[in-house]
Amino acid sequence: MALSREQLAMRVAQELQDGFYVNLGIGIPTLVANYVPEGMEVMLQSENGLLGMGPFPTEEEVDADMINAGKQTVTTITGASIFSSAESFAMIRGGHVDLTVLGAFEVDVQGNIASWMIPGKLIKGMGGAMDLVAGADNIIVTMTHADKHGNSKLLNECTLPLTGAGCIKKVVTDLAYLEIEDGQFILKERAPGVSVEEIVSKTGGKLVVPDNVPEMNV
Amino acid sequence: MSGFNKVVGSYEEAMAGLEDGMTVIAGGFGLCGIPEGCIAQIKKMGTKELTIVSNNCGVDGFGLGILLEDKQIKKMVSSYVGENKLFEDQLLAGELEVELTPQGTLAEKMRAGGAGIPAFYTATGYGTPVGDGKEVREFDGRKYIMEEAITGDFAIVKGWKADTYGNVIYRHTAQNFNPMAATAGKITIVEVEEIVEPGELDPTQIHTPGIYVDRLIQGTFEKRIEQRTVRA
Repeated sequence: MALSREQLAMRVAQELQDGFYVNLGIGIPTLVANYVPEGMEVMLQSENGLLGMGPFPTEEEVDADMINAGKQTVTTITGASIFSSAESFAMIRGGHVDLTVLGAFEVDVQGNIASWMIPGKLIKGMGGAMDLVAGADNIIVTMTHADKHGNSKLLNECTLPLTGAGCIKKVVTDLAYLEIEDGQFILKERAPGVSVEEIVSKTGGKLVVPDNVPEMNV
Repeated sequence: MSGFNKVVGSYEEAMAGLEDGMTVIAGGFGLCGIPEGCIAQIKKMGTKELTIVSNNCGVDGFGLGILLEDKQIKKMVSSYVGENKLFEDQLLAGELEVELTPQGTLAEKMRAGGAGIPAFYTATGYGTPVGDGKEVREFDGRKYIMEEAITGDFAIVKGWKADTYGNVIYRHTAQNFNPMAATAGKITIVEVEEIVEPGELDPTQIHTPGIYVDRLIQGTFEKRIEQRTVRA
């Protein structure tokens, strides 16, 4: 069975470490916050200028001046800090954020990522995605392995305009966990009940399959 | 003699001198921390052919979105736009130009502009459409593109509290792009919720020192929420 959105977030959460500063993108990445292991301290960075993002507010706590990068009302946790956009991107671009999780349309064997623009469709903009992928060393991309027409999103070369070049090393899809190394995908784990054959058939880019591909623990 | 007193009595006075074709840098992220009164005044003045530098362009009927209603904006420099139908219509009709700029690069362009740095190198956007046509340089084995600073004829800023000298404090995430915008205007206008006397604000807590501020006005704010999300 392919992973649900929640299971995908659970698998990504296994990459968290105590004391990590983490930036979570919109969509599935946001769900990762729900699966921080018990007892572990993680601080969420929101690129509009907040480190230490808390849960959504109660009706009484709602404050128009307190939002996240998705423009949603949020709260702060104890020990949070708030700062300008320039400061926020200094910490992102300067490589100070320990883990960045974001979605994508396509990833290729060179670690290129395309996530912001589909030619012919209305282009809304890249927001902070280009800064995030350029600045972070530890990035996890979450996406479905193939699009709804069955076309692979893991390619030899991205077909869409890039968000960043050569910056992705880890991808968690609904079918597998893969790493990118030396111009190829390496199949590290498969979703429970998903066969290596299915993953191979749905991976467009060069894929290395080790002798033993364990099932994910989700 | 008004010395360092930056307070003006009306938005007419605050925005005086704004002309067709000028560049205006605006603080704000989404609808959070936007200079509502200055935007309303620009709408009232009917100034046209404006280049607006702001992370977003408001929504239909609120924020910078109201300047689209009479086609006052010629060009937007933003990281994310299109939350408004009018924006989409004018863009598709070729009536509006957009220069999409990565969010961190946009913040740094304003910061550099205000700090007298004409350009900088960043890895953001290298190898993407953003890097097309820009100078590339390699430092320590990594490629960077050159991005040029931005300054504006006017900068419009939303603060929380200020003293009459124009020392400004922002509130929560309504800070966002405002401190950089404040530094990058030839004329910088700050509107705040409360103006106090010099000495009432703790100097160590000032975000924007008064040296950057030319005109200060106390406003009233709707503070519309774009995505109201609550937990049970």
